[in-house]
Formats: sequence, C-alpha cells, structure tokens
Amino acid sequence: MNAIATPLPSTLQPRLRSRFLTKFIKNKGAVVGAVVLLLFVLAATLAPWLAPHDPLKANFLAVRKAPSALYWLGTDELGRDLFSRLLWGARSSLLAGGMSVAIAMAIGVPLGLMAGYFGGKLDALVSRIMDALLSCPFLVLAIALGAFLGPSLTNAMIAIGLSAMPIFARLTRGQVLSIKHEDYLEGARAIGLPDRWIILRYVLPNVLSPLVVQATLTIASAILAEASLSFLGLGQQPPSPSWGSMLNTAKNFMEQAPWMSIAPGMAIYITVLCFNLVGDGLRDALDPKD
Amino acid sequence: MLTFILRRLLSAIPTLILVSLFVFTLQKLLPGDPVLAMAGEERDPAVIEYLREKYRLNDPVPVQYMNWMGNVLKGDFGTSLRTEQPVTTLIVSKLPVTLELSIFALLIALLIGIPTGIISAVRKGSVVDYSANIVALSGISIPHFWLGILLIMVFAVKLRWLPASGFVPFREDPLQNLKTLLLPALVLGSGLSGTLMRHTRSAMLEVLRADYVRTARAKGLFPKAVILKHAFRNALMPIVTLTTLLFGELLGGAVLTEQVFSIPGFGKMIVDAVFNRDYAVVQGVVLCVAIGFVLMNLLADVLYRLINPRLRTAA
Amino acid sequence: MNPVRLLTGALLLTVGTTALAETTLRIGIQDDPDVLDPHRSRTYSGRLVYTALCDKLVDVAPDLTFVPQLATGWSWSADNKTLTMTLRDGVTFHDGEPFDAAAVKFNLDRARTLPDSLRKSELASIDHVAVVDPKTVAITVKQPDATLIAQLSDRAGMMLAPKASQGDVGSKPVCSGPYKFVQRVQQDRIVLERFDHYWNKQAYHFDKVIFLPIPDTSVRLANLRSGDLDIVERVAPTDIKSIKDDQRLAVYNTPGLGYMQLMVNVANGDKAKNPVGSDKRVRKAFELAIDRDAINQVVFEGLYAPGNQPFPQNSPYFDKELPPTQRDVAKSQALLAEVGVKPPVNVELKVGNTPVSQQVGQIIQAMTAEAGFNVNLVATEYATLLNEQQSGNFQVGMSAWSGRPDPDGNIHQFVTCKGNQNDGHYCNPKLDELLNKARTVNDQAQRQDLYRQAMAIVADETPNIYLYFEPRLIVANRKVTGYVPSPDGLIRLANVSFAQ
Repeated sequence: MNAIATPLPSTLQPRLRSRFLTKFIKNKGAVVGAVVLLLFVLAATLAPWLAPHDPLKANFLAVRKAPSALYWLGTDELGRDLFSRLLWGARSSLLAGGMSVAIAMAIGVPLGLMAGYFGGKLDALVSRIMDALLSCPFLVLAIALGAFLGPSLTNAMIAIGLSAMPIFARLTRGQVLSIKHEDYLEGARAIGLPDRWIILRYVLPNVLSPLVVQATLTIASAILAEASLSFLGLGQQPPSPSWGSMLNTAKNFMEQAPWMSIAPGMAIYITVLCFNLVGDGLRDALDPKD
Repeated sequence: MLTFILRRLLSAIPTLILVSLFVFTLQKLLPGDPVLAMAGEERDPAVIEYLREKYRLNDPVPVQYMNWMGNVLKGDFGTSLRTEQPVTTLIVSKLPVTLELSIFALLIALLIGIPTGIISAVRKGSVVDYSANIVALSGISIPHFWLGILLIMVFAVKLRWLPASGFVPFREDPLQNLKTLLLPALVLGSGLSGTLMRHTRSAMLEVLRADYVRTARAKGLFPKAVILKHAFRNALMPIVTLTTLLFGELLGGAVLTEQVFSIPGFGKMIVDAVFNRDYAVVQGVVLCVAIGFVLMNLLADVLYRLINPRLRTAA
Repeated sequence: MNPVRLLTGALLLTVGTTALAETTLRIGIQDDPDVLDPHRSRTYSGRLVYTALCDKLVDVAPDLTFVPQLATGWSWSADNKTLTMTLRDGVTFHDGEPFDAAAVKFNLDRARTLPDSLRKSELASIDHVAVVDPKTVAITVKQPDATLIAQLSDRAGMMLAPKASQGDVGSKPVCSGPYKFVQRVQQDRIVLERFDHYWNKQAYHFDKVIFLPIPDTSVRLANLRSGDLDIVERVAPTDIKSIKDDQRLAVYNTPGLGYMQLMVNVANGDKAKNPVGSDKRVRKAFELAIDRDAINQVVFEGLYAPGNQPFPQNSPYFDKELPPTQRDVAKSQALLAEVGVKPPVNVELKVGNTPVSQQVGQIIQAMTAEAGFNVNLVATEYATLLNEQQSGNFQVGMSAWSGRPDPDGNIHQFVTCKGNQNDGHYCNPKLDELLNKARTVNDQAQRQDLYRQAMAIVADETPNIYLYFEPRLIVANRKVTGYVPSPDGLIRLANVSFAQ
C-alpha cells in the first residue's frame, strides 16, 4: 500500500522537483541510462547527416559483406549499409516505443481518471473491460490486433498501444481512488468547482509521478513488442528499416552473416536496458519515502 | 474466506464473457478468409461455398457467437478449421507442454532470482548489488527470440550439446525431454529471474529495515541465521504472491519462445492459429488462457489474504 | 546407490537398446500439414507425408514420365474416351482390406462427390468409373482428357481403404503405402511405422518414419546439423554454401516444377484502372526493367532457375523458341515514352510478409525504379493476400505456384477467362480455345504446338510476369543412402537406408 506516492497539493511541486533532481542524479545507473538514451535519440534525429550511406540503396555487388572500413557494421541481404540502417532504424524503433505509449496513455489515463473520479456504473464498466483485456496475454493481444490491422509500423504501434492501454487505465484509477478523499479535493468540490477543472487541475498532477515511471517502463516493453511483432512479420515493412524488422531478416542468415543480427539485437537490448534503468531511477527519485 | 472466493469467482464471470465477446469480434474483424485459405491452391468455388455452410460462416455474426457460446458452456470448443481436430483435444494435449515449460522456467527463475535477490539486499550498494541488478535488468531487456536464436547457434550448432528445437514428452524419454526444454526454459526464465530478483531484493530490504531483524542482530545472532530465519521468511510472502501472478505472464511469454524452438504448446498454437485464421482454435485457447489468468489472480489474492491476517478481517 | 540415478541409468539403457533394435528416419518439414485426407487436403507438406503413407494409381518418375504404382498398366480406347487400368495383385490396405477395382471406384467416386473434396476440379472430366473385373477398372471421361493420368499421379489418385474410410479419415488415414499411420501430435510430429504386408516391402528399410514440422529454416537446418534430423526439405539457398563445407551433409538440388509469378490485375475492379493494368506495353516495360539473373544471384545464390514461362526447362513443353527477356532499361523507357505516360509510373506491388518475398519485392522495386517506375511495396499476410487478390484489391501481386507435372496444371487456371486462379481477370477467347484444346489432345507433338501458340499470346499480352522456378533443395545426413531426388520435391523412400 505504501508504495503509492503520497499525493501533495500542486503548490508544493517546485520544491519537489529540485529534490527529485538531486535524487535522480545520485543514481548512477539512471544517469548512464539517460545519457545513452539521449545519444540514441540524437543519433536517430541526426541520422540523415550521420549515416555514411543511403539506408535504402541496394548494392547487389556487396551483398552480406562482413564489417569493414567501408561498411562499419557490414552489409545486409541486399548490400545495404547496416550502420546506416541501424541509425535510421533507431527512428522507427524509438518512435514505435514512444508512440505506442502515447496512444496507451491518451486512452488509458482519461478512462482511469473518469472511472476513479466518478466511480459507480462507469467505474464498474471500465474496470470490467480492462480486466477482460488484461486477462489476454499482452503479446497475444498485440499479435491479433496487428494481424487485424495489417502489417505496418503504424499498425504495430496502434496494436501495442491498445494492448498496453489497460495498464495505464488501471494504474490511474487506483491512484485516483487513493487521493479521492484528500482534503484539498473535498475542498475543491465543496466550493463547487466543475469536475473537469478538478480533474485536470488537482487530480491529474497528483497522480502523474507513478504514471511517468510506468510510461518509461512501458516504452521499454513496447520497443520489445515492436521487435516481436516485426519478428513475426507484422511490424515495419521493407525497404524502411526498424531494429525488429532487421532482426527478422537477419534470423535467416544467422550462420552466414551473424553480424546482421548482432547489431540490431544489441541496439534493442541496450535501449530497453537504458529505459529500464531510467525508469528505476525515476521511481526511486519520485518515491517520497526515505 | 469461502465467501470471498465465491464472490471473486462470480465477479469473474462478466470478465470472461467480455473476453469471449472481444476475441470473437476481433476474429470476425480479421481480414482474410479462412475458407479461402482452406480451399487449397485450386480454390474451387463450390467447395468454398460448402465449407462456409458447414462451419456456419454464412450466419449473422451474433448468431455465430451465440452458437459458439452455447457449445462452450457444454464443454465443446468447436473443431479446428485447419486439421479438424476438436479444439478441446488440442487444448488438453498442449496444455501439459506449456505447463511443463513454464514450471521449468519458473524453477530456473526461482533458483537464480531468489538467491541473487537476497545477496543484493544484504550487500546493498556494493558492486555485487549493482552487477546483479544489471544482470537482472538484462534478462528483462533482451529480446527473447533473439536470445533463443543465439543460444541455438551456440549450444546446438557450434557445441552440439543440446537439440536445437522440438519437444519429446517426458514419459517417452525423460532425459531427452529435459534436454529439449533446457534452452527454451532458460530463455523464458531469464526475464522472469530478473523480475523475481528485483522483487526479492526490495522485499528483503523492507524486512531488513524492520525492528525485529534489528533486534535479532543486536542480540548478536549470526548474520546468516538472521537473514535466512527471520528476514527471508518474512520476505517470502510477497514473493509467493508475485510468483503466482508471474505464472499468467509466463503463458504469454511462451508465445515467442515456443515459436523459436518449435515447441508444440499453447503459445505456438495461438500464433499459428491467428496466422491461419483458425477461428475456433484462437477463440478456445484465448478463453482458456483468460480463465487460467483469472484463477491465478484469485489464487494470488487468497494467498495474500492467508499470509496477511490484517486483510482477512478487513474482508 | 541413489534411486534417481539408478532409474535414469535404467532408462538410458532401455533407450539405448531400442535405438539399436529399430531404425527411425526423421524428416524435418517446413510446416504442419492440414487434415490428412488426400481428397480434402491442400498443403504441400501433406503431400510429403502421403508419399510414405498412401500409394497412388500412378507415380511420377524423376524425368516427369508416369510410371506404375498401384496400377501396373493403362491404355486409352481408340476414341480417347475410356481409360482402362490393370491393377496390381496382392495389395492390401493397412487394415488388411484387399485392394481391388471396387476400391478404386470407391476412391474416385469419393474424390468426385465428397462435398468438400478439393479434387473435384482435377477429376472433373470423369463421367463414370466401372469395375470390369477385380483387377481391371474402366474410367470413362466426358471429353478426351490428356491431364487425367497426371491427376491420378497425385492426391486424386491416392487410395484409401474403403471400409475404414466411411467416417473420419483425417485423423487416422488408412491407405496402402509402405508406412502406416501411428500417431499425430499437432504442430509437432506425425509418426508412421513400417507396413509389414506392403507389396514391395523389401525396398523399404526404416522401422519408423517421423515427420517433424519446423517452420524456421535456420532452426530446421540446425536440427540436421546437430543430428536430431536425418533429412530436411526446403532448405534456404543461402545456406547451401555452408552446407557444402560440412562433410556430414549431402545436398540434393533438383530443378522444381513450382514457380513465382507477378500477376497483373488487368480487369478485376477499379484497381485495374492504371497504366500497368490497362496497357500491355507498360507491363512489358515493367518486365524489361527486371533482371531475373540478378534476383537469382542476390537472393538465391544462383541456385534458382530464372524463367519466362510457366513450364520448367526439364518439361517437354518448355518452349525453347520463346526468347528469354533480358533486362533492357533503355527499351523499357522507350516503351513508356511510346505509351505517353509520364514517369514515375506508380505501381502497387503486393508481396507476402515472409523475408524472401520481401527481399525479391525490394529488388524489383530497386530495378524498376531505374526505368521510371515507382513501386510501392505492400507486404500482406498470406491469408489476407489470397482474399485481396481474389477480390481484385491489388495492382500487381507476387504469388507462388507449387507446380504440376502436366503443363495444363501450370497455366490453364491462371490465364483462361473463367480460371479459378485468374485473379487479374485477364480474358482472351483465342487463348481459352488453345488451352482447352490442349487438354483433350493426347499426342505430345500436337500438344507442344498448342502450348507454343498459347505462350506466344501470353508473352505478347503479359498478364503475368514469370520470375523463376524454385528448385527443391533437400539436405540429408550422409549416412542416408539411396535417396533419388525428384522434381516434385517429394521424398520417396524406396531403397533409402542408413549406411552401415
């Protein structure tokens, strides 16, 4: 029970922020994770300038070449530069992680807020639906949705977002319930502030920190899920690269061209690891205990 | 307690109905026609029409749903469109495979996760703690299908110690059974051991901070005894509840692991059925998984209440 | 001694002795077969299993000629309307039921009348089947049918035990092949064991044959390398180089019957209304932009056979006169200019979402771009692809055909006006006439001429662009001896054994 952040009135936020920063910076793992992620995001943004080759340009004379001075990470099954594809692929993979979580939050958080705040029949309905969705394994749901929407990166993001949505709805609802009877909310209601105002101005800011932690951790699982869907052929479609779809192709060449799978596999692993480290750091730093 | 269990079971019914409705609708929305895929390369129009009639795919969707639900209540999940085997038979034959894989993975996770969790908690802030945390996080962060293929390459192809894939039932050949399951269980267990390790660590930290452990320490009791007898026993409770909950997650995690290692279990059956548009199989299996999930959650709650007497009275 | 260790020891001992006593051949196949009823099944993997399980009236030899199996001889009547077959003596089904003319009649009638039989179109020409005497059967056709023998060499000619096949066949098929059905575990294995009363049992040496479906090519190969499988089929061509270095493995590479084609939507709904669909010169320009040899080199390590027609080079109907289309970008651009379309010409190309299809699609995309096409690749799941092609929701679709030994099976249904697989709705009455006629002519020279005329029309109007023939790549452990590869890729186990 105590694991839930004790809500504080919004006026206390600035002081909290500085305390949060000092705590976060003390956590070495989280800082390293954040720095690496920042570098990855930077590399993805600057891909057009950083990439030594055109990521889509096939070269039939340099098919599946091992890493060399010309091709730092080697080439793929159509003779495209893997390093350039890795940089461009970072865009799709990071975007997939970010966008799916944005979709999940955009639907899940309002549902959770309303269910928790208004309670009653609405709450019962929303909670039942979320229970139902949560009792299908996350990946199975994403695969079925992905197959329904058709193979593409956008559809994979929607599928993953929808599958992750109940987590946010449930978390938000729980948070709202825990602060629902705090004095400042009772007060706001007593002076007749409209519900919408109360939810946005008082409830949301006070349930935000666990949501931020959850979002960071869910980005990690969303990147893995995108890779899994791509592995089954439901993610990013060629010729555009994503780390998952690069792995999907590479699995057929594990013996002859192991470099094709090492680089994207490591990229996914490091990125997800960093998101998890940052998520841990955020949770510790936002934890009002000790 | 009995009323609590009954109440929880009753409240699970609407959830399960929603799951069935949801899976059914999603199935109907999937593009692609199962009958067209069944009609073979030649696609004879007369056969297509016959199959549609036979599987009552021409009925309105609500009627199809009611038919299916009616049969499910009678214990009949329908037959696979692809192989014509009853879905119930398929489920009964595949459940033990996935269960064995899951138990094996869970064992690995427990063997790795709990000791490292305890050591990390006791040596909080040390190098051991940090590296254990990184290893645990790695288990969670690594793409499992990738890890699976790497392991196959190393242990089956290069070293030839273990078979690359497949499954041999335990009663046919116990040794081969363990050999075929070792790699997939390792892959599946790697993520789990990470989660377990992290939870054991925080549960242990919580307990180590508690007064009675401090008292025991002050009384000069041997550290090992304190850790195992007092601290770990108390930390065990949240770990047990978590383990039950993880079990549901295991079933989901088996999806890709079984795909990579060609293990004929639940996960592989679901994925293949989705891609083959084998409606009856997808519906039946997802409903089964949902029932299992609800039961596991219930078990977790019951355990939690048994362990935590304060909650028992509150109910 | 520790009881657990004792137990393990005892178990190991039993395993050791049984392994000595009986020989088991393990075959890794690409996917799990569908229902095991020859009259209703559709998968290629199913045919691999039937080769050991169910005998047919006629078999196909490696040179694509038809040879006796359950029928020892056959002849057409003078008017080409009745096929008389003499049946093999002393054949019994796996349940002991004798094989005779009545059984043949039962099976052919079942294949023609079962509501969900997938063999109906293959046997559509049959009017009735008559039992002449226990060892002779007469098949009367509505009109002369040159393809009938070929049909009887596949699933339509497989014989099930009549008594055992009244009810549910799919879960426990009873045939008369060299191996009988024991057990099937979905997505895991199909186990067959030696049939002791087989008419040619001395040619079959394994006690058990197990088929194991393993979809991933690299995992399938890994199992072969680790010794858990003895033979694997449909090996990835990119793996062949490393396999050839492995002293323990043998590669069997035979040109196959199945091909890959690009089907153009020329008249199926609104999606046909684009330059590629409406003008044959644009289609020709598209074909001219493709370098089939480059596809073969890049994707298939040069092991595939580039093709410009639906008949493989080892077929007597392969048209040597038909000039192979060489890549010619200048000519392609000139054709586009002649038509008057302004590049880039947008083309939507639907491909399956498997890595190989996508790889070929991407190469075509890159090649045609140089001629002025802008190809939009749309990857679609197999189950959806079928649906979308049939309903006309495609401009150009890439699809594979597993191939048939008779030429008719490789062309008729794809380009005739009412063809089941003619998803592009291409229609030319002259072509229909030629192909329908070729079905009824038994004389090979006459048939060759008809197909030559037909191919000239197809090559001119380009409703389909043929890309390549897929060889049947089979890799076996070197201890497997006596295996003779065949263009249909099926694994015939006669005289195959483990080297001592």
